[in-house]
Amino acid sequence: MTTTRTGSPTPAATGRRSPRPDRAAWGFLAPFLAVFLFTFVAPIGYAVYQSLLTVERHGPMGLGEPTLGFAGLDNYTLALQQTSFIESFGRVFLFGLVQIPVMLFLAVTLALLLEHVSGRWAGVLRATYFLPYGVPGVIATILWGFLYVPGVSPISDLLGGAAPDFLAYDNVLWSLANIVIWEFTGYNMLIVVAQLRSIPQELYEAATIDGAGPWQTALRIKLPLIRPALVLTCVFSIIGTMQLFAEPLIIKLQAPAVTGDYTPNLSAYNDGFANANVYLAATKSVILAVVACALSFAFLSLVTRKQRSER
Amino acid sequence: MSATTTTTDPDAARRAPVPAPPRRRRPPRPGRILLVAVLAIAAGYFLLPVYWLVVAATKSTDRLYGSFGLWFDDPRLLSNLGDIFSYDDHVYLRWVLNSALYAGLGATLATLFSAAAGFALAKYRFRGREAVFKTVLAGVLLPQTALALPLYLMFSQISLVNTYWAVLLPSIASPFGVYLCRVYAESAVPDSLLEAARVDGAHETRIFFGLVLRIMSPALVTVFLFQFVGIWNNYFLPLVMLSDDRKYPVTLGLTTWKGAADRVPELTQYTIGGAFVSVIPLALAILVLQRYWRTGLTEGSVKE
Repeated sequence: MTTTRTGSPTPAATGRRSPRPDRAAWGFLAPFLAVFLFTFVAPIGYAVYQSLLTVERHGPMGLGEPTLGFAGLDNYTLALQQTSFIESFGRVFLFGLVQIPVMLFLAVTLALLLEHVSGRWAGVLRATYFLPYGVPGVIATILWGFLYVPGVSPISDLLGGAAPDFLAYDNVLWSLANIVIWEFTGYNMLIVVAQLRSIPQELYEAATIDGAGPWQTALRIKLPLIRPALVLTCVFSIIGTMQLFAEPLIIKLQAPAVTGDYTPNLSAYNDGFANANVYLAATKSVILAVVACALSFAFLSLVTRKQRSER
Repeated sequence: MSATTTTTDPDAARRAPVPAPPRRRRPPRPGRILLVAVLAIAAGYFLLPVYWLVVAATKSTDRLYGSFGLWFDDPRLLSNLGDIFSYDDHVYLRWVLNSALYAGLGATLATLFSAAAGFALAKYRFRGREAVFKTVLAGVLLPQTALALPLYLMFSQISLVNTYWAVLLPSIASPFGVYLCRVYAESAVPDSLLEAARVDGAHETRIFFGLVLRIMSPALVTVFLFQFVGIWNNYFLPLVMLSDDRKYPVTLGLTTWKGAADRVPELTQYTIGGAFVSVIPLALAILVLQRYWRTGLTEGSVKE
């Protein structure tokens, strides 16, 4: 391959040699776009449409033939007037406010500490921390579920009478938070590790020459530089928290404190399947998607504005 | 082709003889002890449920309740596994194979489609490029499970529910994969190489399959791993889509066992053993792929 050096110095100028290669772009995009439109865009459109419909009953005492009618924003009013639905949002907000900072603090701490471990041990530990990511959320919940139940749990055996009731009304939200932290800390840690590796080594050396200790290097140099990774993990965590579903649904089998509308997603699911009101379910899905998108956009604009004002 | 370019690159030659940067100073001794302690406690925390699972999978149903959870008691893993696989006309085997099909086929197609789309967005100039990219980014931010219910409503109108397609199709589009592929292609696929191939008369499709895919392979491993794990772990989508338990993936199957354990007590043990078996392939894949994954993620941001 010699073109790199002997070829034209401005490749863009010669870019029109073959007949319009740029037209091929749509061919490459087509398979993805087709599936994307069918499974992302279309269902959203359909859900918005469904959310505007309702079943109307006519005749004496509403016993006549049910017909499908246009409901306007009635479903939205109905959903937003349900105390349990609003409470479910409050619950996931509270959950996220505690769980996300704890998880990201752990992820960053572990990533920074691993920088000081050399050789094979670093790899072994990294893989160990990342392992739970490979355990499906459902199975992680089944596992922790057993660890929470007094009869089976070795934790309760070890703690004896001092063991808390992990599944009690006041505790179960944090027991769920523990499961999510267990699942995703390693994953977030790897994103931070990847960012740390992209920092040029010279920066650390310069800091060491200037007399910075490991603590100072970590706090003053590394932490600001992994900011993009933190923003990314934060956004993913916010989205993930908003759609909390499998974990509460499974833990519900053992914990009566977890109700059918414990999280917004669970509430929508119950309307669609248990209560057979697909229109209300669609409405709640739309509300959830809008809130999740709004939250992550709000977070992103907050972060970028702060960044701009710092410069 | 690209390999020779790199090795004869004068810049690289200049960089190569520079010795590896000196190791950073180790923290002082008390710090070292604290470091080891924290890392070990963290490892214990992450391994505890998995270790419990390994131990519990070897126990009989009454030993499960009657013995200390973190140590073996009358291990009988093989006979347990035999029971699990033969229960209900080998339904567990079906679930594992279904999961492998959903995740394997879904992730392969998703990776290929993401690579093509990401490459197109990175290396071609065309009208609507920014609009497409912004739509993809919006797709990344959209909650996946908020989509599952609308998808179900739509698929039930066109009789797609309770088919393999109902789970496969939504797994094939990966906006995050497209995003990663675009970032990687932008930095790793040189324009000059594409030009040269065009001058040689290669068709765009051949350039993509012959050259670009190979150059992008580190990013593709990342996308494949993400998508494979994502599909394997998915629960909401198959839960709403499937009613025939012969089409279930293993996650959904195990929860139905767990849910039925009140009536059929031995299902508790089957749930544990089934979870144990289902975790093995993914744990192995993660351990192997973790290495490639790191190189894939970092190279994208480091390469000029």
